[in-house]
Amino acid sequence: MNINLSHFTAAVVFALFASVVFGITQRNTTMEQVKYGLYCFAMFVGGVFLAGWVMALIRR
Amino acid sequence: MAKPTTDKSTKVSEPEYPLTTMAVVAPLVGWLIPGGGHILLKRYGRGILLLVSVVAMFVIGLGMQGRIYKPNGGDILDILGFIGDVGAGALYFLARIMDWGNVMAANAAADYGKTFLIVAGLLNFIAVADAHHIALGKKP
Repeated sequence: MNINLSHFTAAVVFALFASVVFGITQRNTTMEQVKYGLYCFAMFVGGVFLAGWVMALIRR
Repeated sequence: MAKPTTDKSTKVSEPEYPLTTMAVVAPLVGWLIPGGGHILLKRYGRGILLLVSVVAMFVIGLGMQGRIYKPNGGDILDILGFIGDVGAGALYFLARIMDWGNVMAANAAADYGKTFLIVAGLLNFIAVADAHHIALGKKP
């Protein structure tokens, strides 16, 4: 089995599963878990874009 | 005549969350089978989501040709890599038995795969702690 993911896809998949676990384990009620999971996912993906832009600016 | 006094220091206070059998068994099951602790505690939805997340990360990590760390006493990063990997419980032992992940990182994707494998184990450690807290009654 060989899985080929681009850097961005790998980061989004990573963010998705990590956010699910963080949401479930770090909050008590279902609604809080969903909100915190979405927040973590947004932070992960936002961090990817931010890091991408920082690297692009450094490269210039 | 001296009044009888009550010595508060000798009074043994009951722990707020007493350790039960389930508080030991659920984390153990949760370590071996990701999400198993939650399922054992009748948190089926959470357990299945944890199972899917950890197993998917582990399988994707193997699919990206990630490396599985063996027990070692060498470099500190290798030791930490092993600790992360072993968090996946039965998945780790299955991978070792089947000789999966016995490769050296040759490209960036394989390096990401190694990270997926380690993080799958670390996320399972968090799930194990959560199962322990649920069994104790600290968390609904």
